[in-house]
Amino acid sequence: MREQLRLLKEKAEKELLQCNILDDLNEFRIKYMGKKGELTQILRGMGKLPATERPLMGQLANEIRDNLETRLAALTEKMKRKEIERSLFAESIDVTLPGIRPELGRQHPLSLVIEEIEEIFMGMGFTIEEGPEIELDYYNFEALNIPKDHPAREMQDSFYISPEVLLRTHTSPVQARTMEKMRPHLPIKIIVPGKVYRRDDDATHSPMFHQVEGLLIDQIVRFSDLKGVLLNFAQQMFGADQKIRLRPSFFPFTEPSAEVDISCVMCKGAGCRTCSQTGWLEVLGAGMVHPRVLEMGGYNPEEVSGFAFGMGVERIAMLKYGIDDLRLLFENDVRFLRQF
Amino acid sequence: MLVSWKWLNELVEIKKTPEEVADLLTMSGIEVEGITSMSLDSKNLKVGLLEEVNKHPQADKLLICRVDIGGGEKRTIITGAANVAVGQKVPVALPGAVLTGGKKIEQAILRGVVSEGMLCSAEELGIDVDKIPVEQRKGIYIFPTTVSAGDDVVKVLNLDDVVLELELTPNRADCLGMLNIAREVAALTGGNLHLPVVKGSQEGQECARMTRVDIEAADLCKRYVARLIKDIQIVPSPLWLQQRLMAVGVRPINNVVDVTNYVMMETGQPLHAFDYDRLQGKRIVVRKARENEELVSLDGQLRKLVPEMLVIADAEKPVAIAGVMGGLETEVTTATKIILLEAASFHGASVRRTSRALGLRSEASLRFEKTVDIEQVRLTADRVVQLLAQIGAGTPVEGCVDCYPVQEEKQPIKLRVKKVNQVLGTALLPEIMEEILKALQIKVVEKNQEGWLLLPPSYRRDLEYEVDLIEEIARLYDYDKISTTMPEGVTSQGMRTAEQKLRYKMRKTMVAQGLFEVINYSFINLQQLDSLGIPNGDPLRETITIQNPLSEEQGMMRTTLLPGLLATVQRNLNKRNKNLKFFELGKVYFADGFPAKKKLPTEKWMLAAVSTGEKVKSWAYEAEKYDFYYLKGVVENLLEGLGYTVDELVFQAVDDLPGLHPGRTALIKVKGKKIGVLGEVHPLVLEKYEIEQKLAMFNFEVESLWAEEVVQKALVVPITKFPAVTRDLAIIVSEEVETGAVDELIRKQGGAWLQEVSLFDLYRGQQIQEGYKSLAFSLTWQAPDKTLTDEEVNSLHQKIEAALQQEFRADLRH
Repeated sequence: MREQLRLLKEKAEKELLQCNILDDLNEFRIKYMGKKGELTQILRGMGKLPATERPLMGQLANEIRDNLETRLAALTEKMKRKEIERSLFAESIDVTLPGIRPELGRQHPLSLVIEEIEEIFMGMGFTIEEGPEIELDYYNFEALNIPKDHPAREMQDSFYISPEVLLRTHTSPVQARTMEKMRPHLPIKIIVPGKVYRRDDDATHSPMFHQVEGLLIDQIVRFSDLKGVLLNFAQQMFGADQKIRLRPSFFPFTEPSAEVDISCVMCKGAGCRTCSQTGWLEVLGAGMVHPRVLEMGGYNPEEVSGFAFGMGVERIAMLKYGIDDLRLLFENDVRFLRQF
Repeated sequence: MLVSWKWLNELVEIKKTPEEVADLLTMSGIEVEGITSMSLDSKNLKVGLLEEVNKHPQADKLLICRVDIGGGEKRTIITGAANVAVGQKVPVALPGAVLTGGKKIEQAILRGVVSEGMLCSAEELGIDVDKIPVEQRKGIYIFPTTVSAGDDVVKVLNLDDVVLELELTPNRADCLGMLNIAREVAALTGGNLHLPVVKGSQEGQECARMTRVDIEAADLCKRYVARLIKDIQIVPSPLWLQQRLMAVGVRPINNVVDVTNYVMMETGQPLHAFDYDRLQGKRIVVRKARENEELVSLDGQLRKLVPEMLVIADAEKPVAIAGVMGGLETEVTTATKIILLEAASFHGASVRRTSRALGLRSEASLRFEKTVDIEQVRLTADRVVQLLAQIGAGTPVEGCVDCYPVQEEKQPIKLRVKKVNQVLGTALLPEIMEEILKALQIKVVEKNQEGWLLLPPSYRRDLEYEVDLIEEIARLYDYDKISTTMPEGVTSQGMRTAEQKLRYKMRKTMVAQGLFEVINYSFINLQQLDSLGIPNGDPLRETITIQNPLSEEQGMMRTTLLPGLLATVQRNLNKRNKNLKFFELGKVYFADGFPAKKKLPTEKWMLAAVSTGEKVKSWAYEAEKYDFYYLKGVVENLLEGLGYTVDELVFQAVDDLPGLHPGRTALIKVKGKKIGVLGEVHPLVLEKYEIEQKLAMFNFEVESLWAEEVVQKALVVPITKFPAVTRDLAIIVSEEVETGAVDELIRKQGGAWLQEVSLFDLYRGQQIQEGYKSLAFSLTWQAPDKTLTDEEVNSLHQKIEAALQQEFRADLRH
């Protein structure tokens, strides 16, 4: 019996070394440790042994079995890993092939900029108002302190629909409309994005363009507040290091009035071609709402005050994205649109 | 407005550089757009006297000149110009001189003769030839005899002047005159003013005996001053006068015209000189034009006048269009002996209307339109007379006629210290404000606890309200010095309205699906509507027409976004961008009863999209067409994103929509209500746009998607934890049966547990009889509260099958 076990052990160990694939290991298990396996048979035959030999032989046989099983398990583990490695190798791909890209849509740069302006001002508590693009002369001019024959009407050559109706030349008429709608409530705190129209068509003017108007009317609104709000806007739109500069100017519906410059976004104020070496870029017009405009809107200028501002969206988009030709914005060439 | 630095320095003491003054002006509201300096090096440019002029022996076209350049020095200089003669004084560039454009002058040998310099033309000296008399433009520039050999050319011709270009806002028309610019500079710098002293004339006297003025249209002419100058001798102006005019962009003509122009540039008051002897009745009548009156204006054009126009007439007929242009017949010529000088104040708006109607804009009309300083009118006329006498152009006739029927009484303006600081957000002391007011020559009429009563100078007609004065204080104090604060009122919530949110969401959903947003002009034209085959009477023809369009092509407001989108596709195809999917979210405009019934037309927000071409095949997948079904999918996603469920949507085939393919177009409906259109664009329409590939489109009225209940539906449907059962259903039906109808029936019969119906196969072909198609659906069942049994699903499935057999004679395939 002892001899029989010794031989079996030798044979089994030798065969185990010859196993190369998982299937071999499986066969090996069946051959020796299966129900009818050689080692199993021997263990079954233990009963026939004399009682004195039994414990010794039993111990020996079990040792052999344990040993084989341990080695078998280790080998199986090793071979499994090898086999996975082999199949992974077979599955390897060319990672440099192009990816399968879901198609991305794009928002037009002007609507992107309008949205950004809206969000900045909503953050400061401004609500978004809108108004008609085909507008009454009254709202476009008269309610803004631009009576008939006022020289300022010439600053904006208009498209007329009838003697009293025109395509609005700015988003400012919504100032007057909102005052009418809101009076006597305070505060009025709105911005007005939208299309406007002027009879101009050349390299730097298009007959249709976009503006964003702003209006704040409350009990006490100061010129210094206008500066604060616009500085905050400029810094959010163009970067935290932005400076602004206000220059006296003229609009019939504000007094005092100002042209607002931001430090040049290209050269950071050092002076370059974009800013004609001045370091400054004119981006919006602003001022304190004219008492006449407040009166016409139904508010008492002795009791309330306000500021208003207006900016050209195209100008801001061009500065923000470095677009050098206005016409690109309305040609809608996909190669241009794809970049936003 | 161009400002000569030298001229400005005569009027006001300046201790700063042109750049510094320009910056001060800009930051106080008078924007300086540019600074031009001639900056010719004066060292080697001298006036030379031509002593001899001989032909070059070796060259027909060259002349050898002997030139006296002063200090006893002579030079031999060769020139090719033919306009030189002995005794003339000319500009000489000696070796070392650098002319305009960087041309360096050196000694040269021309055909064997040494030339020790060059004689110069006006252009070579950097003079803008458009601004000099015609006879001086070509050849060598010839000086008047008053200069001397050896004089510095740059000094004589004022070529070392610096010119500031002002961009004036309409309220500061006062700065269209040098005097007021000087006053502004004085206010900003504190420099002393040296304004010309003018001797005022007396009303009446000889002048009143020789002529009279009647203002018949007092509403359009508030003041008219006439003065007379006799013994007129028309000659070129002295050089200093010519130079000054040229520096500010005015071309010298003759002494009389030049002086009136000079004084206009000086004071801002336009002036006009008539030939007195040609005035019928030797008198002036300021009146409106009569029916059918005409006038040949100074430029030789016959002008038809209408009764709204203000004219200056003599006893018989118009001799000038008031404030716009004089008449040819009474023009001052070399034969003129006596001139009648006009200085007046015309109604600005009337001048503007007339100059527009006639298409005539002049330096004079520009100033009258913005209204001149009525109080200075007579003094301006006196200034002209004084200057004419000073340069020897004529002898003043004593006295003047000053027709000034209604003198304006100017009301003082109240200014409160507290109000100033409240508007500006400052804490300025009254003393600082008073200092600024004084610098601006604003008079204190009264002073009290609160502030002042103030009277601005007559030339500052823009100062009417308290806020105007507050602006004056702010701009002289410096906007930059005002602090930066945030508004202090009640905190408010910034937001979009529900409708704005809807549009925002639409835009984002379209972009998320891979479409590109475009923005097109709001203009269209009739031809584009014709191209779309829009029939007469269709609402899309209720257009709004622009009275004064830039072109017929942009003659009306769009009623549909489609022409813009098609043009965008066309432009892109021309640039070989073939695979396109665009959307536009914008307004359309309908007359809708305007102008008869409504004050304003109707504006509607639309969402429209077009797609054409394909997602190009790659190594990994096949091409996918951007066709009808692609856009249909976009629509379904869009509407689902907005809160609709796909089974609410009905796509109903229509064959009669203009511009669209009769077999490939559907109305999009929800609960029986039409909300949009989806279809292929008709090939004949595409042909008009030179689009040679199929193109699909859809459009929606934003408002029709604007259903409160849809937008409000934001609650999540809970995800059930019970398993789903999937069953396939395949049927064969006749081609006439619409898939949508089958789908609808399945959903109707399937009951509440039927979660999803999806068509996974559509087959026509060999195994199926012609005129029939095979549809294969995958149905998903799931209950929120239990696990469905086979029996339950089977029974529902059979119910569906039975209904399909009955309704569509469907052949079931198992």
